[in-house]
Amino acid sequence: MLIQGQASSPRTAETVLQAHWRHLDRRQSGIKGLLLGATILSCGSVLAILGFLSYFALPIFSEGHLAEILSWEWRPFQGKFGILPMAVGSLSLAVTAMGVAYPLGLGICGFAHGLGPRCLKGPLMGLINFMTSIPTVIYGFVSVIFLVPLVRGAFPESTGYSWLTAALTLSLMILPTIVLLVHAQLQQVDARVRLASAALGFSPAQTLLWVMRPLAFRGLWAAAVLGFSRALGDTIIALMVAGNAPQVPNSLLDSIRTLTSHIALVVATDSTSQAYQSIFASGLILFGVSIAVNLTLRRLQSRAALPATGRHD
Amino acid sequence: MIKKITYLAQACSWLAVLTTVGMILLFLGFLGVRGFDTINPTLFFGNTPPWGAIIGRLPVWHGIWPACVGTVALVLLSSLLAIPLGLASGIYLAHYASGAWKRWFSLAVEVLAGIPSIVMGLFGFALILSLRKTVAPQANTCLLLSAGCLALLVLPYLILMTQTALEALPDELRQAGLSLGFTPWQNMVHVLLPVAGRGILSGVILAVGRAAEDTAVILLTGVVANSGLPSGILDKYEALPFHIFFLAAEARSDAELAQGFGAALILLILTAALFLGAYYLKSTFTKTWDQKNLSI
Repeated sequence: MLIQGQASSPRTAETVLQAHWRHLDRRQSGIKGLLLGATILSCGSVLAILGFLSYFALPIFSEGHLAEILSWEWRPFQGKFGILPMAVGSLSLAVTAMGVAYPLGLGICGFAHGLGPRCLKGPLMGLINFMTSIPTVIYGFVSVIFLVPLVRGAFPESTGYSWLTAALTLSLMILPTIVLLVHAQLQQVDARVRLASAALGFSPAQTLLWVMRPLAFRGLWAAAVLGFSRALGDTIIALMVAGNAPQVPNSLLDSIRTLTSHIALVVATDSTSQAYQSIFASGLILFGVSIAVNLTLRRLQSRAALPATGRHD
Repeated sequence: MIKKITYLAQACSWLAVLTTVGMILLFLGFLGVRGFDTINPTLFFGNTPPWGAIIGRLPVWHGIWPACVGTVALVLLSSLLAIPLGLASGIYLAHYASGAWKRWFSLAVEVLAGIPSIVMGLFGFALILSLRKTVAPQANTCLLLSAGCLALLVLPYLILMTQTALEALPDELRQAGLSLGFTPWQNMVHVLLPVAGRGILSGVILAVGRAAEDTAVILLTGVVANSGLPSGILDKYEALPFHIFFLAAEARSDAELAQGFGAALILLILTAALFLGAYYLKSTFTKTWDQKNLSI
């Protein structure tokens, strides 16, 4: 019966199968289309963000406010809307926070890769990983209650809400980013050279200092760039403990305002349209910096094949 | 000479580790000691009877209950928006995209991951400004807007974790399914996704943790200090991180400050629990599938 049926209509069986395949094909391309749509939506949001920020920053150029925005004084009630002090504030805060966090981070990585006892490596890296989960606002809160009075006590001429306080707090927040990136890079290098350098009679500490360190330099750079951009992008710590005075700081005890906290402050206090323009300009600057950072990381990554772990987290 | 430098480096690394560990322990200890005593029903509900507050019948004035509810609502809503999009994009990037398009999409995801959260909040703010100018003059910052911006903030993590988890699977696994006659999508749903599940789930949990702790985005998109329970997704709301931020600046009495410590400790416990869950899932996933990146 079966043989008969197949023999009598061989084309029908084939067409049935073909129809089934076509059906499957259509479903596959339908699913692929949906996934592509989702991807375009996700990636398109970057363009949407850039578009909105640019659109709202546009009047700066069309109405010729550029020179006012790029000036050194912020006195909104006298019509002065300069954001350069905030740019300097952001930059100085990020640099000093990196100045504290980067050496600490390198020390910790060195400790985990040969300079310290092996048995402490696990707990130490566990603690560093845990630090990534501490909310930024909690760093800020503890800093306001604990560090600010401490600084005020040590330097009576300061209110405690200062560049110094913010830099110290911020350095704690960006530390895990630096450590995890350098650690991942060292781990890769370690797998390549460990046996060879041990066979040549290097101790673990010597391997790290004279063999691995030169090989991992791209990872060191990437960690510096990423840590810096994290420090630059932070809002809450700067807003809570840096004092927020729109001025170019003269000393570590001065109050400063960053671009990020400037945005938050202007949105919170309902202001004029020109003040709004200044925050969209700030937003564009921050966006531009983050793109520059990404391209730099890409260059470093493409040559050294850095792992994805600890990228932005 | 080399010996001296080695000793010096060792001394420096010990110093760095002791400084860091000391600071963190001081920090957590300070929070723990000051916060531990404040955790009791009064912290959450103030003077309101707890049961009435939980079912939403009675308003809570001196507790963090509305902020907790607000944070949970915010996290749920942003997960609802971000997770489907993130998983779909991650799957597409891992298994369907190729060539120049894949490079462009990956670049976009990385750029998205690098955007500071305050800029994401500014984007939401700009969105409302333009809505007011055009179709909806009454539009205002609200829970939905915050959730949308938070979803954008965590989207790149979801995409990257999904993509990484799928790409870590051995190619034989994919080929085995296909050779048995699965269509690519059946293979994805019945073979690859279940196996990559733990890796993806750890990404989802990390994303939830980030959405729960972020303050800068919600600061610009509708969080307020005293609104009670959110009555709808187009309403203002309270949130735990903002409550802590607010109390740090505005606490007028010791009781309010104590409430700040309690809220901070609750938030820390929440994010730490999420982190530990994600860490556990990720390490079991890595042990099974990602032998080449395993630390020796």
